[in-house]
Amino acid sequence: MLKDEDRIFQNLYNDFGAELDSAKKRGDWLETKEIFNKGRSWIIEEIKTSQLRGRGGAGFPTGLKWSFAPKEVGSKPHYLVINADESEPGTCKDRDILRFEPHKLIEGCLIASYAVKAHTCYIYIRGEYFNEGQKLQKAIDEAYSNGLIGKNASSTGWDFDIFIHYGAGAYICGEETALLESLEGNKGQPRLKPPFPALIGLYGCPTIINNVETIAVVPTILRRGGKWFSSLGREKNTGTKIFCISGNVNNPCNVEEEMGVPLKDLIEKHAGGVVGGWDNLKAVIPGGSSMPLLPREVCDTIKMDFDACVENKTGLGTAGIVVINKDQDIIKCMARIARFYKHESCGQCTPCREGSGWMWRMLERMAKGEATRDEVDMLMDVTKQIEGHTICAFGEGSSWPVQGLIRNFKDEILERNKYDPLIQRKKEVPYLVDQHLLEKENA
Amino acid sequence: MSLKKISKNQPDNFEFDSKNLEEAEKIITNYPKGKQKSAVMALLYIAQKQNNNWIPLSAMKYIAKMLDMPYIKVYEVATFYSMYNLTPVGDYFFQVCTTTPCMIRGAYKLVDVCKKKISENESEISKNGKSSWMEVECLGACVNSPMVQINDDYFEDLDEEKFSKIIDQIDKNQKPEPGSYRGRLSSEPENIRKTLLSNKNA
Repeated sequence: MLKDEDRIFQNLYNDFGAELDSAKKRGDWLETKEIFNKGRSWIIEEIKTSQLRGRGGAGFPTGLKWSFAPKEVGSKPHYLVINADESEPGTCKDRDILRFEPHKLIEGCLIASYAVKAHTCYIYIRGEYFNEGQKLQKAIDEAYSNGLIGKNASSTGWDFDIFIHYGAGAYICGEETALLESLEGNKGQPRLKPPFPALIGLYGCPTIINNVETIAVVPTILRRGGKWFSSLGREKNTGTKIFCISGNVNNPCNVEEEMGVPLKDLIEKHAGGVVGGWDNLKAVIPGGSSMPLLPREVCDTIKMDFDACVENKTGLGTAGIVVINKDQDIIKCMARIARFYKHESCGQCTPCREGSGWMWRMLERMAKGEATRDEVDMLMDVTKQIEGHTICAFGEGSSWPVQGLIRNFKDEILERNKYDPLIQRKKEVPYLVDQHLLEKENA
Repeated sequence: MSLKKISKNQPDNFEFDSKNLEEAEKIITNYPKGKQKSAVMALLYIAQKQNNNWIPLSAMKYIAKMLDMPYIKVYEVATFYSMYNLTPVGDYFFQVCTTTPCMIRGAYKLVDVCKKKISENESEISKNGKSSWMEVECLGACVNSPMVQINDDYFEDLDEEKFSKIIDQIDKNQKPEPGSYRGRLSSEPENIRKTLLSNKNA
């Protein structure tokens, strides 16, 4: 288990309160100027040394991302945008940072903005987090009135402003280019990449977009050194991470742990074990709903970091762990996730807009045992038609959980859905798509 | 994609009151000159707040004029995002999260409570005219599931009984306390916390 002094978010459970005074006692805003004095390239190098990877799901190296920002500010200003549109089912880590550790985030914003030469930062918070946003706004006001941000922020000579922008309940706005569209006052439909936002982003200007957790850990990394951060976890999967453990566990919780912590430890030690005991475990979604689920055998041994998850055909994602035990109907659970994706598809690309609805309807029928045997393979085919054929990663996000279900629980689906294909039963169903095959002249 | 219906009863006129106008103008300054369009989402929120938690078409027209953008663009935004109500909702607007993490901890039992105590159907105003409810997608409080959002506040760690009590309180014009209903202060593991113990005892 990670030592307490190595935990970055000391106030994760709000033992101290989120005010500036108590944040300062925990070490926030401690000689921020010193960090500035070491210079831009030192900051970026140190983040590269720490091997910090983005905490929003994709795991892109943060130092590398920052280095993509143009070295000199041209005719267009640079922007920093913080993605606090946390909507992935199973994930609720950013919420705790926003309400309990806002000063870590604000200080991180200041440092990051200096590193990428941005004077303005927008924090895009999901609209449902209204109260959390108010708490953050309070912290921002505190920082302004204490001269920590604003003109000549923290007496570094750097001018810096933060604004909060509320989303309005669209999951897709967590995708970085959709977020930018939304921030510009349009509906949140993702843009094609390239051009990448680092060159052409918000209002056509170079924009660096990072997750809340990524930015909030930056000040601590710079104070304690990139080496310290990279000494935790393993190569390329370094540092600590907030894991959210929800679902059928005795004590659902958020906990900050070292990268590469065994999944079993997280569930047994921190979350009080699976309801009904470890043997009652059916499957675990390791990284928010868009990551394929893991069957029990893998859960015994898997370590939670980016690469280990990929080796097991899933992903760490946002580290939102959803535990599903044997009392639940796994097909129904995934059908509900498919409904989520159907609801949240932005409707821009046909494969995703139509496909997410297909997947949901097929899974609903499979959960009820009304599907035919060969529909299972057809469903797999549908997911393959969506994956990789859309502008953003929503296509993957919606099809991977279904693929994970079929890969691991195909037998169970087949057991419940034993019907012969309708076409073989010669049953007249008016809405059957391939009804025409029944009519001899067309066959 | 969510389908949204526009209310049949539309007020003819809409204008921000002076306090909201001031707030709106302040928000517009958050964005660079000429990019005032960015404020459309915030302004729609203000309109929604002013107009009993729903947005009439006249408000969209008003905002379009204010931000110097085509009306259809405002309409597009208002219909795209799920948090803008385009038809009247109850003064107490219950949003029950039923996505998988909440579902496996019994969110549909809360839906049954809503059906019983508020109204048979979603988005239908209750008989006493106070409340309406809706199933929504993940609200991002998964470790405190199942949960319900009532207006701006999160009510967490619920079960049928506790949730029924909350509805009763609202019906009696009392103000139920938001937060966890199992006495949790945040997202810490209940009773078995193993981390940051020195902070807890500090």
